[in-house]
Amino acid sequence: MTVYALLVVDSISALGCNRPDVPKARRELAPLGAYPVDIHQPARFGRVRIGVPAPNTSSASAGSEKGVAVRCATCHELRPAAPLPASMLELDQFHQGLELRHGVLGCASCHTPGASTTLHLADGRRLQSGQAIELCRQCHGPQYRDYEHGAHGGMTGYWDLSRGPRTRNHCVDCHDPHAPQIRQVIPAAPPRDRFMGERASASAAAHEGGEH
Amino acid sequence: MTTPNPTRRRALKVVGATLGAAAFAKAMEPLREFYSHLSLGEFLQRNYRELSQADLAGVIERLENETKRDYGRDVTIRDHQPIEGVEYGYALNLSVCVGCRKCAEACHHENNHDRRTNNSYIRVFEMDQGSLDFENGTADYDHVVPQEGKYYLPVQCQQCDNAPCVKVCPVQATWKEKDGIVVVDYNWCIGCRYCEAACPYHARRFNWSRPEIPAEEINPEQGYLSNRIRPQGVVEKCTFCLHRTREGRLPACLEACPTGARVFGNLLDPNSDIRWVLANKRVFVLKEELGTRPRFFYFFDV
Repeated sequence: MTVYALLVVDSISALGCNRPDVPKARRELAPLGAYPVDIHQPARFGRVRIGVPAPNTSSASAGSEKGVAVRCATCHELRPAAPLPASMLELDQFHQGLELRHGVLGCASCHTPGASTTLHLADGRRLQSGQAIELCRQCHGPQYRDYEHGAHGGMTGYWDLSRGPRTRNHCVDCHDPHAPQIRQVIPAAPPRDRFMGERASASAAAHEGGEH
Repeated sequence: MTTPNPTRRRALKVVGATLGAAAFAKAMEPLREFYSHLSLGEFLQRNYRELSQADLAGVIERLENETKRDYGRDVTIRDHQPIEGVEYGYALNLSVCVGCRKCAEACHHENNHDRRTNNSYIRVFEMDQGSLDFENGTADYDHVVPQEGKYYLPVQCQQCDNAPCVKVCPVQATWKEKDGIVVVDYNWCIGCRYCEAACPYHARRFNWSRPEIPAEEINPEQGYLSNRIRPQGVVEKCTFCLHRTREGRLPACLEACPTGARVFGNLLDPNSDIRWVLANKRVFVLKEELGTRPRFFYFFDV
């Protein structure tokens, strides 16, 4: 999914300046002179961590500490479709340890029974997992409104779309859809300046370094 | 009358001049030692705003060579000019900031800050919910975030339109550019720290010692008025990453923010994200009663 911000055409791009780094399809859709705003596609789509520790090989680094990630189809295309459980407690064979803390939602609220790789809207329309934003916005209207205006969700690239493209985070880049609340994190190190914290070590360093 | 002996007079003049020159040299000795680390070119360098293009090119070449000599890294220093029709604004959503200090960390690396002091232009305060009293805020918290009952308030230069720091500078080493950024000519600054004292947001930093940065960690993309490595004894400050933003890119602190709390853009563009925030969110500025008219806005989601 891609949104295109309408921008005033700058004089350089109005001259038809060729931009090989922008894919052709996007250049055709984008308004004259404006670079596109892409939405990042998280790697987690279509895959699930199965809770098994990654084998001790260098190629398993993609698995991280939460275990290896496998494609949904690895299991779901071989096994007959079972009805989706109403509670995580019913899962005694697979997806154990998956944390579900998302209001009163159950698996079938978003996943489609019998079509494991697709999602569905409240009215039953199917979505590919990459289109999950459409799913999220059904309930989270204010957040989606803010997102559309760049006031929710991180981004990288250019503030000035006449000079370069921008990449927006996907909802799922920051929020685990099964437990969307942002978790507590260990912050980056605090400053060690003279006015706060670690006064003892700061003054020791000052004596060593000949400060003041 | 006979004329005075010209030879005697000349002899007295020569003796007097020699003594005078020697006394002057002796009197100037402390000053010469004080500036011993300065090259003649740096000593004679004019204020940034008085430099011709050719002079500035020479200054930049000298600074690049000095960085190579002192830090062992090839860097490119550019003189980024304001973009016509652009005035920058920044907004920060306090409802989603979790206090992780990723912005401060990104600033530390982007702007070539001193590694030993872990300096950054951004200070994140852990504040009591329901209060804007900085006396009860702490910036050196070291525990998991966010904590119950707290909110997190990152503070950096507010790029005030009525900037107290600019007014107090006795040598006009700091000024407001036409895109709204308050900058410092680090080579003109005399290090009196008046500006640091005048800033109600504690946004300025003083280089007590020569910044220590390993060569491989130096950000080589530098701007004369922004992230080039500052000399010892001068004041420095956030420039909204003008070496990035004047090229159309987003500031480093915004790109690093994992919660998307930060919104940056052109205040003069009615379709920009920052204008949407100003029009649709209940924004406020810090210490509004001081009349500093910041270009940095805060808001809560309500």
